[in-house]
Amino acid sequence: MAQLFTKDTQSIFWNNNTSAIQRMLDYDFVIGRKTPSVAAIVAPTGDSKFQNFFWGGDEVMVPLFKNTAEARKAFPKADVLLNFASFRTAYDVTMEALEIGGFKTIMITAEGIPERLARGMNAVARAKNVTVIGPATVGAIAPGAFKIANIGGTIENIINSKLHRAGSCGLVTRSGGLFNELSNIIAINADGIAEGVAIGGDRFVGSVFIDNLLRMQDNPEVKYMLLLGEVGGTEEYKVIDAIKSGRITKPIIAWCIGTIAKHYSSGVQFGHAGASANAERETAEAKNKAMSDAGIFVPSSFNDLPNKIAEVYGKLKAEGVIAEIVEPVINAIPSVRKSKNFICTISDDRGDEATYAGFPISSVATPDTGKGIGDVISLLWFKKQYPVWATQFIETVIKTVADHGPAVSGAHNAKVTARAGKSVVESLVTGLLTIGPRFGGAIDGAAEHFKYAHDNNLSPAEFLNHMKKLGIPIPGIGHRIKSLRNPDLRVVGLKKFAAEHFPSTPLLDYALTVEQLTTSKKDNLILNVDGTIGILMVDMWRALGYSEEEINEFISSGTLNAFFIAGRTIGFIGHVLDEKRLAMPMYRHPMDDILYQVDMAEEI
Amino acid sequence: MAQKAIREYDAKSILAKHWGKYFPDFTYAYETVLVENGTGLKEEAKTKTWLANKALVAKPDMLFGKRGKNGLVLFRDAKPGDVTLEKAASWIDEKSKSKQNVYFSFHGDTPDGDPKTDFLTQFIVEPFTPHAQEEEYYISATCVGDDDVLYMSAEGGMEVEENWDKVTEVTFAITDTEEEIEAKIRANIPVDVAAKDKEGFAKFAIGFFKAYRELNFAYLEINPFVMQGNKIELLDMVAKLDDTAGFMMTEQWGDIEYPTSFGMEEKSPEVLAIEEADSKSGASLKLTVLKPDARIWTMVAGGGASVVYADTIADLAGIEDLANYGEYSGGPTTGETQFYAETLLDLMTRTKDPKGRDKVLIIGGAIANFTDVAKTFTGIIAAFDRYADKMKDVGVKIYVRRGGPNYEKGLKDIKEAADRLGLWIDVYGPETHVTDIVRMAVEA
Repeated sequence: MAQLFTKDTQSIFWNNNTSAIQRMLDYDFVIGRKTPSVAAIVAPTGDSKFQNFFWGGDEVMVPLFKNTAEARKAFPKADVLLNFASFRTAYDVTMEALEIGGFKTIMITAEGIPERLARGMNAVARAKNVTVIGPATVGAIAPGAFKIANIGGTIENIINSKLHRAGSCGLVTRSGGLFNELSNIIAINADGIAEGVAIGGDRFVGSVFIDNLLRMQDNPEVKYMLLLGEVGGTEEYKVIDAIKSGRITKPIIAWCIGTIAKHYSSGVQFGHAGASANAERETAEAKNKAMSDAGIFVPSSFNDLPNKIAEVYGKLKAEGVIAEIVEPVINAIPSVRKSKNFICTISDDRGDEATYAGFPISSVATPDTGKGIGDVISLLWFKKQYPVWATQFIETVIKTVADHGPAVSGAHNAKVTARAGKSVVESLVTGLLTIGPRFGGAIDGAAEHFKYAHDNNLSPAEFLNHMKKLGIPIPGIGHRIKSLRNPDLRVVGLKKFAAEHFPSTPLLDYALTVEQLTTSKKDNLILNVDGTIGILMVDMWRALGYSEEEINEFISSGTLNAFFIAGRTIGFIGHVLDEKRLAMPMYRHPMDDILYQVDMAEEI
Repeated sequence: MAQKAIREYDAKSILAKHWGKYFPDFTYAYETVLVENGTGLKEEAKTKTWLANKALVAKPDMLFGKRGKNGLVLFRDAKPGDVTLEKAASWIDEKSKSKQNVYFSFHGDTPDGDPKTDFLTQFIVEPFTPHAQEEEYYISATCVGDDDVLYMSAEGGMEVEENWDKVTEVTFAITDTEEEIEAKIRANIPVDVAAKDKEGFAKFAIGFFKAYRELNFAYLEINPFVMQGNKIELLDMVAKLDDTAGFMMTEQWGDIEYPTSFGMEEKSPEVLAIEEADSKSGASLKLTVLKPDARIWTMVAGGGASVVYADTIADLAGIEDLANYGEYSGGPTTGETQFYAETLLDLMTRTKDPKGRDKVLIIGGAIANFTDVAKTFTGIIAAFDRYADKMKDVGVKIYVRRGGPNYEKGLKDIKEAADRLGLWIDVYGPETHVTDIVRMAVEA
């Protein structure tokens, strides 16, 4: 792979560094990328599921994940990891990513990772053919395609330095600050860069000068290279060897900084941790001379570097190696941007006609559309078009739970409130407010516990034991009067529908084996309607291809209760309207139905 | 942040602390003290009875080697092995009361180059260990290129530089397993190691290399160690730690100090304060004072740019004029930048230039990636406010060159502040070559 990044490259950003990510997305917008260069963010301590960023004047949401594995699974095409963990954790994050696999490039920004850890990390990456940029780097850039985090600085500077479109120089430096400076010098004296990498300032960095220069040699966009070395180390000699062996044939301009170091025998650390000469051949002078002897274009000083760039570029241009660049049109970022306070991902009323998850309301409303309330729920609750068997199941559930007589607490509450002269909506909510762990909550609970038992391969006996330890009766099991011999016909209906229309019902099958055990203890310990609904919902989602994590999230967010709320609202409204019709007076509970036991309050 | 030398005493203390883990088959008495003077030694003798009961060896413990050749190892009074506590104490007092010449390199026994001259302030004192020459061995480990290298020799106490042919080298990849390491070491025990010591030497070398790896030493040398059966004496040690591993090694290393090399300027309170600020900040603040009375002071942002400025000053003005080296980077806060600037301004306004010239302050930097230039310059301006009178008194010309986020505002602010305070200033942005202000300052 001769190119480090393309316009389709996407990354996973480890650490929610919003300003650096915003800089990347601004860059993406300016150069006209279709997709954000950051596909996902790993934020181990964050609670949010996504983070908003500006995309030009608009906004996009970038999903957040708790760990790299989940992010990687959700975005298998994002093959660059931008590791912005601190020096304490950057090693672990990198090693985990190498273990997970699938990353082609890992960039590490932390400075001062323990040397032994850095060496181990770099060795593992090399063995797995993963390019490591850093540690202690500001990153890399493929102008016009992909930019890591803060490299290149502000958008204004990026455009001034022609980093918004590919030029012809391959730039490799240690220093991040000087990378920017050189991009500017190259923009002024030549036509900008085709690819650039700041390899990082620590003593042990992953990809070194030669790794990057070899790739640039093979990248047809790069016509010549600029290498900014430093006092210390012998990496520049590998470049000289590659020139001598003919592996590198493109012209190289190079300079090693740190000529000052010769004046101070020891004890002064100039620049980066990697910058310390242990032998004569590691000094800046020796390396500059050796590179010059090998035919590399070496200026007389850093001050003279711009002239050398102009000279080499001019020559290649005259020879026709470098063509004139047609400056691309760039998108401008509005100077004033305001972030949105609310986000909506289910419906949109901005167009001619309001839509449900992209579908105009008229396209699902009338009977001739063939769509029912189940379809509307699948669109507005799940942002998906469920197949007919699933929407029909949802409708079956809604109809099944619509009412259960006036005596249940919710209906009773609604009736009492209606008799107090309150409105339909006031009366309705007093009924709805009773829905929870004791009323209607068995659907959630059954789904949760049966799924847990099934996921963990508990035998029915083990499951019963498990629930006993938790100290709660099994939700979804038991009925006041119904039994195996006298079955609840609602349950019979649901089971029949599932048997006929569901592709498979593994959790229901499991629940029925549990029921065999419970009913052997007591006749009325049957799988009741709440349990059946909760369990079949899980089976439905499984059949629809949802992951176990997604299903667990539906359960924990209370989605199952929502079906009960939607259905029972119909019944409650019925009871409220019934009261209005009957014009019953204010309700007062009979005193003889209350046990009064009121002691005189003691003084304390 | 890099590899840092530690005292011999601390190196021995670290090994002693983990002795049982790495050298379970050997004993090490760990009889060693670090003192500043004779009184300190006698104070130690109150609790450590061996100081009074045994013949002693005393030598400075200040990161330099060749102590024997410099005549700085006390092991004899009338004859070898007769140094008493009293003698050691008086010798230490004698050697520490006036500055001593120390040569860092020798040709044979002849000093090579100029000596460094400074006070000796730290001495290590240990028992004199009578032993036969053949019981002395050499071992060291360090990192060469990407690999670790273990050096072993049957000849202890020799000048390694002059006797490479007697040293066996074994190279280890960072990914080598413990089993591979053990096998390699066992296969490479120097042939000259006495047959009776071969097994012991192998065990010791394996433990030594593991300690080097696991305790994050960057360099570890014992030259020589004495092996008498299962009894080990560490006669002379040199060690460097990888201080970036410090956060993982607080327990293993204990409270470790990184002393300044002998003959180097002691770290001034200002430098120590910057180091302290650096260690507490996510940003980077570095300062080395090279020549406090020199004319040109630099306050440069960025590790790479700071080197380029130093190079250019050395080229155009000469190092005689360069007062300091340092850098600030990684987005320091306004407060951190102000503290850094005040420290520099304080140092540079203490004396006037002996030749009566104006001093030069280079506020330089490349085009920043993410550091907010206006924000950091706010800190520098606040420092100007406090030091303007002193700066005018001494005579300071300020040259500024910087680019990056918000640089226009930063440059405008600093220019206005200097004009308001009556300070001489010239201000340039990214259109001017990064080091061109050095040329301007030197040519002015």
